[in-house]
Amino acid sequence: MKRYDAIVIGAGHNGLTNAAYLARAGLDVVVLEKNDYIGGAAVTRELHEGWHYSSCSYVCSMMRQSLHRDLDLSRHGLLLVPYLGTVAFGDDGNTLIDYPDEGAHYLELQRHSPHDADAMSRFQADLGRYAQLIRKTLMRTPPDPASFKPRDIREILFLAKEFWALGERELYEYMRFFTMSAADFLEDYFENDLIKAAMASPGIIGTALGVQSPGSAYILLHHVMGDVDGSVGAWGLARGGMGAISHAIANALREAGGEIRTCAGVERILVRNGTTVGVALENGDELHANIVVSNLDAKRTFTRLLQPEELPPRILERARNFKIRGSSGKVNIALSGLPRFKGLPDNRYINRGGQTFAGSLETMERAYDAWKRGTWSEDPFIESIIPSAWDPTVAPAGKHWMSNFVQYCPPELADGPWTPEKRDAFGQTVINKLERYSPGFKDLIVHMEVRTPHEIEAEIGLTQGNIFQGELTIDQLLFNRPFPGYGQYRMPLRNFYMCGSSTHPGGGVSAACGANAAREILRDLKKPNVVPDDDCYDE
Amino acid sequence: MEHTDPFAGERLKLSPFHARQAPMNLRDAWSSWNSYKFADYYYDAQYEYFCIRNTCGTYDICPMQKYEIRGADALAMLNRMVTRDVAKLKLDRVTYCCWCTDEGRMIDDGTIFRLGDDHYMLTCGSPCLAWLRQSALGFTELTVRDISEERAGLSLQGPTACAVLKAMGLAAIEQLKPFGILHFDFRGDTLMVSRTGFSGDLGYELWIDRSLALDLWDALYSAGEHHGIHPYGEAATNMARLEAGFIMPAMEFNEALKTVNFQLDQTPFELNLGWLVDFRKPHFNGRSALLRERDKGPKYTLVKLDIEGNKPANDAILYADRRCKGEIGYVTSAMWSPAAKANIALAMVRTKYLAGDIFAEIYYPKELRPYRKVARCTVRDKPFWAPARTRQTPAPDR
Ligand SMILES: Cc1cc2nc3c(=O)[nH]c(=O)nc-3n(C[C@H](O)[C@H](O)[C@H](O)COP(=O)(O)OP(=O)(O)OC[C@H]3O[C@@H](n4cnc5c(N)ncnc54)[C@H](O)[C@@H]3O)c2cc1C
Repeated sequence: MKRYDAIVIGAGHNGLTNAAYLARAGLDVVVLEKNDYIGGAAVTRELHEGWHYSSCSYVCSMMRQSLHRDLDLSRHGLLLVPYLGTVAFGDDGNTLIDYPDEGAHYLELQRHSPHDADAMSRFQADLGRYAQLIRKTLMRTPPDPASFKPRDIREILFLAKEFWALGERELYEYMRFFTMSAADFLEDYFENDLIKAAMASPGIIGTALGVQSPGSAYILLHHVMGDVDGSVGAWGLARGGMGAISHAIANALREAGGEIRTCAGVERILVRNGTTVGVALENGDELHANIVVSNLDAKRTFTRLLQPEELPPRILERARNFKIRGSSGKVNIALSGLPRFKGLPDNRYINRGGQTFAGSLETMERAYDAWKRGTWSEDPFIESIIPSAWDPTVAPAGKHWMSNFVQYCPPELADGPWTPEKRDAFGQTVINKLERYSPGFKDLIVHMEVRTPHEIEAEIGLTQGNIFQGELTIDQLLFNRPFPGYGQYRMPLRNFYMCGSSTHPGGGVSAACGANAAREILRDLKKPNVVPDDDCYDE
Repeated sequence: MEHTDPFAGERLKLSPFHARQAPMNLRDAWSSWNSYKFADYYYDAQYEYFCIRNTCGTYDICPMQKYEIRGADALAMLNRMVTRDVAKLKLDRVTYCCWCTDEGRMIDDGTIFRLGDDHYMLTCGSPCLAWLRQSALGFTELTVRDISEERAGLSLQGPTACAVLKAMGLAAIEQLKPFGILHFDFRGDTLMVSRTGFSGDLGYELWIDRSLALDLWDALYSAGEHHGIHPYGEAATNMARLEAGFIMPAMEFNEALKTVNFQLDQTPFELNLGWLVDFRKPHFNGRSALLRERDKGPKYTLVKLDIEGNKPANDAILYADRRCKGEIGYVTSAMWSPAAKANIALAMVRTKYLAGDIFAEIYYPKELRPYRKVARCTVRDKPFWAPARTRQTPAPDR
């Protein structure tokens, strides 16, 4: 029977990246995906003829440019298009427009608060400084602080040097940043509530924290540390939807000789004497390999694919308690025309970029309260974008689709499990809110896909629908990700690795987890490293 | 009122499309081209660059020079002037060409449109009536006319360009092959469409009588509304052409007739345009000098460079080793390419050093302070951007 050099479980973009680098290093590698499509949460699906939804993730900023370049993803069909002109909508009907021109942006802020207009530059400089440091860690394996290996010590020294370069005061600020709430952080800069709400919104995307919860400041940073073509904090759309990213990586993988099998769900990982030797598929087939890599989240990997008796109890406990609470919904809507929003001028650059229905810090916190009670708010936080206004390939000409990311949506409801009726009621809540801001919106709806954490888990296997494959709090970041002591992609079974967003640097379409894991695997195999360095060190 | 404007003599000419373009130039980002007021960009250079790569955009080519060359001697005259064999150019086809001094130094490049048996249109970047007149010496059956002012030209480039023209009602436009020409009735006149451009992507150039320029604009923009149409200026065009590997005067080459210093102009061979020089033609301007150049090999060769890191190598000097001893060339244009995700450049390299290592000495600013970096360069044969749709017929919709 054929024996692969490596099996990667899951064709998420990280699994594909991992496999692409293993294949480039000469390994005979196969990727096994349970669905009949690839991409995991970086996917494009035509659920209504002519409309192509980015069903899960919808915008791109974290994707490592050095990987895009090295894997030649442009030649493999990927074009990332930055978009402009996000508008934040306040509870009181007010709007805050993020004009791309610096002067216009200043005037817009000044309209809300002259103080905040001036404070914005300090805010951005501070955030930029924090982002710069974190960016430098994305493509590095976190050092094990308890290890005395020369490599770990070198890595700790690298981090220490970068830290010291911030200056003494910033050091304290930085430590604070990891543990404070987004709202508290913003309090230091701004007075206007809509400005605060708009700035805080990246702090709650995908997390089971509220704007007032300690730790949400880091989530905020996680969402602004990416870049498009070196413009830090900018976001872009993948032409053809987020699936274009996964498909380009898959093309690079196939070009390097790798194999992808869809409809090949893995039932369990085969272990002999503490060593992984292959997998058993749901259809009963067994596949053998020297190395097994899991692209699934840590909880799923250890509690579903491995048997308790094969694992150290400490790890099993960690896996069971891994914080992976689902908190987000997604409503994808096909539209017969471009919606218009109240209070906005007919400015073609801003009425089709992103819309953040933030309301206020209060409204955002209320929405979180509902989640805690196991329900959803009637006034949820929604981050929207109309990709078809930018991308001619995702809807028929003149028609549109709108991506609506919703905080919060609980993984289980207080009154029992999700049902199709409750899911539709959740979708209705979202449409009702959109209709309030865009009268006539409902009449434009051609088709919609409502996704609660239940659907997200059922379809792509993100436990509880947690979009990051595990909460991004300091106890689960860097060398603590997924578990303290296992931050270097090697797991507590021989020849077994993880490469998904449950590993450093965490969730988001960055491809960094997959690439970092490949580097570690090649190191263990004593093969030359083929994974490039990041290209952000000169910033 | 005009006579009362004391600055009238300094004001720039306005393109026939100006009335539509000016209100869209939200940033008042004007500069000039051939005495025309010309946009650097309209809203955001990067946005407009992405229109070329993702949807489509229009670029005003009215400031370009257009000459009508007619008569029984037109072909003979052009064939003596340019290095390519114009006799091969079929009716309703366009060819890219260049022309040189007797010394084989390049004067300019441009395109020749064959519009009838004895009827051609030559377009180029810089005015060249004087050179055309000299080139016409000895030919009698010939008229050369500058039609730059009377013909308006608008370039439409990008993946949805064909879809826009279809929506405008231009029948069978998708069947037009690269470098082909079609004519359409438009408001009682003729709209000429060529599948040409300077973007390396799917694209067309639209040619019409000046009086119909605004009608054309309106028809195009209403057809393009759902296809992401947007005007772009010099900044975006310069990015797109560099990715496509196209040369620009005053960047890659110094026009020979304007060059002061000996051989600080270029030959077609140096510019990697040897394929434009057809020695099977018995005579053309610069032929013997170019023959010598071909046999001896050009001193410099223009190459496409892929440079490590992401700091654009503008104005960088090139070396054969990391320590930067001994110059072997220089960068002519450089940028970070958003579409190719590569740090790209065009550069002149001493031909004999092409096979060895090439390093660029790059200076880049970080909050006012300049930093220096030496980066390895790799020579690339293919353009950095060359999607299949550029060559496909029928042309795709997006
Ligand atoms: C609704 C939503 C919105 C988001 N928005 C954004 C955004 O806008 N921008 C951004 O950067 N990030 C966003 N994210 C986060 C981002 O999409 C994810 O962090 C990232 O795509 C995860 O990639 P991955 O490869 O690590 O794992 P996944 O994409 O989770 O891949 C895991 C793969 O494993 C497969 N699988 C599961 N179980 C099995 C099995 N037993 N056998 C075989 N295969 C299996 C799954 O089908 C899947 O293909 C969003 C996520 C969600 C869910």
